Amino acid sequence: MRFTLSWLKEHLETSATLDEISEKLTNIGLLVDKIKNLGEVLTPFTICEIIEAKKHPNADRLQVCQVQTGEELIQVVCGAKNARKGLKAVLARPGQIIPSTQQVLKVGKVRDVESYGMMCSGEELLLEETSEGIIEVDSKAPVGQSYAQWLGLDDPLIEIEVTPNRGDCLGIHGVARDLAASGIGKLKPLKTEKVPGTFPCPLPLSVDLEACPHFTGRVIQGVKNGPSPKWLQEKLRSIGLRPISALVDITNFFIYDRCRPLHVFDADKIKGKLMVRTSKEGETFKALDGKTYTLSEDMTVITDDSGIISLAGIMGGESTACDDTTKNVFLEAAFFDPIRTSITGRVLNIFSDSRHRFERWVDPLSTLPGLEAATKMILDLCGGTASKIVEEGTPPFEEIEVPFLSPHLESLGGLYVDSLEVEKIFTALGFKLLEADNGYGLIPPSWRSDIAQEADLIEEVLRMVGYNKIPSVPYGERPEKKPLDSRQERRFAIRDCLAGQGLIETITWSFMSEREASLFGGIPETLLLNNPISQELNGMRPSLLPNLLKAALQNQNRAHETITLFEVGPQYFNTTPDGQDLVAAGLRAGFFEKSWCEMKRPVDIYDAKADAFALFDLIHLCPQVDPKGPNWYHPGRSATLKFGPQVMGYFGELHPRVLKAFDLKGPVVAFEIFIDRLPFLKKKTTAKPKLELSPYQPVDRDFAFVVGASVSAESLIKAVFKADTSLLYSLTIFDVFEMEHEKKSIALRVRFQSKDRTLTEKEIQAISDKIISSVAKEVGGVLRQ
Amino acid sequence: MNRVEQIKRTFLKELEEVDTLQGLEDLRVRAFGKKGELTLLMKELGQKTPEERRTWGAELNALKDVLTTALEARKEILEEGCLKDQLASESLDVTLPPHARPRGKIHPLSHVLDQAIHIFGQMGFVVAEGPDIEEDFYNFTALNIPREHPARQEQDTFYLPSSNGQPLVLRTHTSPVQIRTMQKNPPPIRIIAPGRAYRSDYDATHAPMFHQIEGLVVDKHTHMGHLKGCLEEFCRLFFENPSLKLRFRPGYFPFTEPSAEVDISWKGESWLEILGCGMVHPNVLRNCDIDPTTYQGFAFGMGLDRIAMLKYGIEDLRLFFDSDLRWLNHYGFAPEARE
Repeated sequence: MRFTLSWLKEHLETSATLDEISEKLTNIGLLVDKIKNLGEVLTPFTICEIIEAKKHPNADRLQVCQVQTGEELIQVVCGAKNARKGLKAVLARPGQIIPSTQQVLKVGKVRDVESYGMMCSGEELLLEETSEGIIEVDSKAPVGQSYAQWLGLDDPLIEIEVTPNRGDCLGIHGVARDLAASGIGKLKPLKTEKVPGTFPCPLPLSVDLEACPHFTGRVIQGVKNGPSPKWLQEKLRSIGLRPISALVDITNFFIYDRCRPLHVFDADKIKGKLMVRTSKEGETFKALDGKTYTLSEDMTVITDDSGIISLAGIMGGESTACDDTTKNVFLEAAFFDPIRTSITGRVLNIFSDSRHRFERWVDPLSTLPGLEAATKMILDLCGGTASKIVEEGTPPFEEIEVPFLSPHLESLGGLYVDSLEVEKIFTALGFKLLEADNGYGLIPPSWRSDIAQEADLIEEVLRMVGYNKIPSVPYGERPEKKPLDSRQERRFAIRDCLAGQGLIETITWSFMSEREASLFGGIPETLLLNNPISQELNGMRPSLLPNLLKAALQNQNRAHETITLFEVGPQYFNTTPDGQDLVAAGLRAGFFEKSWCEMKRPVDIYDAKADAFALFDLIHLCPQVDPKGPNWYHPGRSATLKFGPQVMGYFGELHPRVLKAFDLKGPVVAFEIFIDRLPFLKKKTTAKPKLELSPYQPVDRDFAFVVGASVSAESLIKAVFKADTSLLYSLTIFDVFEMEHEKKSIALRVRFQSKDRTLTEKEIQAISDKIISSVAKEVGGVLRQ
Repeated sequence: MNRVEQIKRTFLKELEEVDTLQGLEDLRVRAFGKKGELTLLMKELGQKTPEERRTWGAELNALKDVLTTALEARKEILEEGCLKDQLASESLDVTLPPHARPRGKIHPLSHVLDQAIHIFGQMGFVVAEGPDIEEDFYNFTALNIPREHPARQEQDTFYLPSSNGQPLVLRTHTSPVQIRTMQKNPPPIRIIAPGRAYRSDYDATHAPMFHQIEGLVVDKHTHMGHLKGCLEEFCRLFFENPSLKLRFRPGYFPFTEPSAEVDISWKGESWLEILGCGMVHPNVLRNCDIDPTTYQGFAFGMGLDRIAMLKYGIEDLRLFFDSDLRWLNHYGFAPEARE
């Protein structure tokens, strides 16, 4: 919503400054977006008159003009075709800044002829978007005066944001009323002058009250349409509206002045009977914006015998539009239902000042006064005689009484306000006050659709007094509970843990493309968006990995050799509230970088396993490792991590098919852990078991076993433990390599230690023999020679 | 000059000249070895008369002491020199990069979430959660946003296929968690609900996915003064500016009444809108079977992304979700040791 300071002052008697008004607007909930003063920029540009215009001696398209500035005669070279003798134009003098280019104008020679100024186009002064030629000023304009001043542009333009519940402030009168109630001035009453009709309205009319509960109108005969007077044009221009013709300008004036949309039809173009009804599926309508709309069922329309001539409350039609030849006009004022207007506007995608207001509530009692006021202005500006008013239906408004208990102002609003002040505010806002015990019964005015209960009334008082007057009270008793439960808290620990592993946290979209998801189990139809922002983001992700892989690719393209990323976020498997899993997923692509003195090596699944196991270390539990993960992993280089039957996650190398689909350079290893499934140890003991240290010397023995290629390290270790564990202190794998004939060698270092004696060579030999025979028996391994 | 004196002179002179530990050892053997000069002299002592033995013995012992001390002293000097040489040859370039383990980073949004939870936690709020995919009822209707409400159209909502006639949406705010919490728990309630939210919008300050943190208090006595106090404390702690100015101005949200928008004073130059709040709308309480004549409270909602952008001077929201390693390394945070 925008208006000028002077227009506001037509409705508000105030001595407040622009700054005070601006601050007040924001404080009462009408946030000032910006204040523009185009006049200030344009003040130096003055009206001049071209006394003589001759062809430039050296250029066909230029003219050399002698221009009267009001003080002197100067020479100006001009390239505009419309520059001619006798024309009044807008002059810029050397030293002035041209608004459109921000360049300082200089005295210059144009093809050897000196030019002491420039005559400006509307475009150059930012008054029009594009211009052809220089501005042609009215011949009555005084030479030498500031053009902006003469146009009435030296008036600050105030733009406010009006919340959807405050349709009444989409008219300047409503804004003035709010300001007056805040104590910054006095609201000037609207003039309500009735224009008696001198003849019956000649147009037959029928109104379906379902489609429109209250419809009024009248014919005005013998009008003379044409450009509206300068004051009206200036007014509209000052708020950025283009003057069209007197009749149209008058309706635009009332929309902004008092939030009263109206419509004018050229009565001579209406064929037969005027009807207000609901539309039928497929009816078409050519609107004033030149576009043809195909309507669906149940939109409110105004028709004549030829079809639809207006989309009620939204936009008029081309076929009955008023123009300079209009002699007889039908003026319409009605109440159109907010919801119907909103649906129609949205379905047809038409925006208009009228729709904007009707869908936010137009005062239902303003219909007849609006019609009268507009009639008066038409008669004043265009002449003619008005018919009697036709009226169908009644204003859809009933008074309601909302109880208001004064103490609630303090108990809910946190502010004590004196009852006199409260009464003053409500009265100024147009409420009727009924005395009641401990408070009032308040009847909201017809222009307020947003007052239904006490909380609404409390807000009215608070915003008029100012939220800044509410004293802040320190909040919050000292907490009894931690803000996070152990599961929520663990998620942060998981992030820290993965970052500690050297992974970098990212956050990616919850959605992804259905096509790419097919490699990750796909997206069920129920999880595809009806209205995705793009086909690349059209479904809810079944896994975090695809988005991480895309991120990895982007970074590979930026020449990163080593990529380490992780995300903690949701993935989706159905639409129920429990249909999402919280997952920590990470990937490493390219190389595992240590430092300058160690060879860098490609990442492998043991890096991903280390990342995944770091999370299990957090919960002090070790999962089962079952070979093979889901099919987006390499079948021979992946695993599923489990506790009993329950899957906790996966790790492995990405399947070559996936890498190819994502255009990624391998190797890429990844892990996914369902972190909210991870259990908690039942007994949380802070005490640790007693540390028992042996004073006796440990002994190390190395064993290199040759086993079949498919024998897992885990089964070999199990075989060792099966032999004898009483003296076994620790066991590490220190070398693995493949051999010929489907064999491999696994080298172990076993440390033996006794708690009560130094082990003898004989004893150690005996245990070693047991280990060797157990390995032979369990996994068919033999000592490498 | 007797032999003892001669040996002493020669030995001490040679000792001065010897410059390696090996040379020193050779010298020691020449004096004290099995066939060393001093050893031989000692052996001769047995063949002497008792008188000679006494005087000679004393002389020889004195010589032995002198030589031993001199040897030790020389050895110390030579060893010192050796160590010096060794150290000199072993020096390394200390300016080479350290053997650091590569460090990861925490995303700025996680960091900001952590901070926000900590601050609200100190005021007694606990974290509540809800699903990203919501029924229309929880996202709109229960929050007093009827179907054709203008506020509903201003939010560009992502829709999913309806389920059992109930339209499903990606939640446009974390406010549905309010409803779920109130339906499940009787007052008093004091929760914050952080999480992902979605709107179909994409430019420098809007992303189709963003993060919100919602707050809800329901009890019998909390009023707007408490709301102001709570948010003032939060903003001052979060932005680490104890004198930060806040402006509360009337706003409009269907789910609060009275409603307020909160601006913070930014670098003393302008007001920046950072959050919306208000007293929980009586209709919302009723929708959750809570009696609005007994209970009241406040609610607020703010964009985590937005407050992160302000705090860390990040200008484009989209970059939060772009996974650019350069950006993540720059704006990310080192993992902290947590309790």
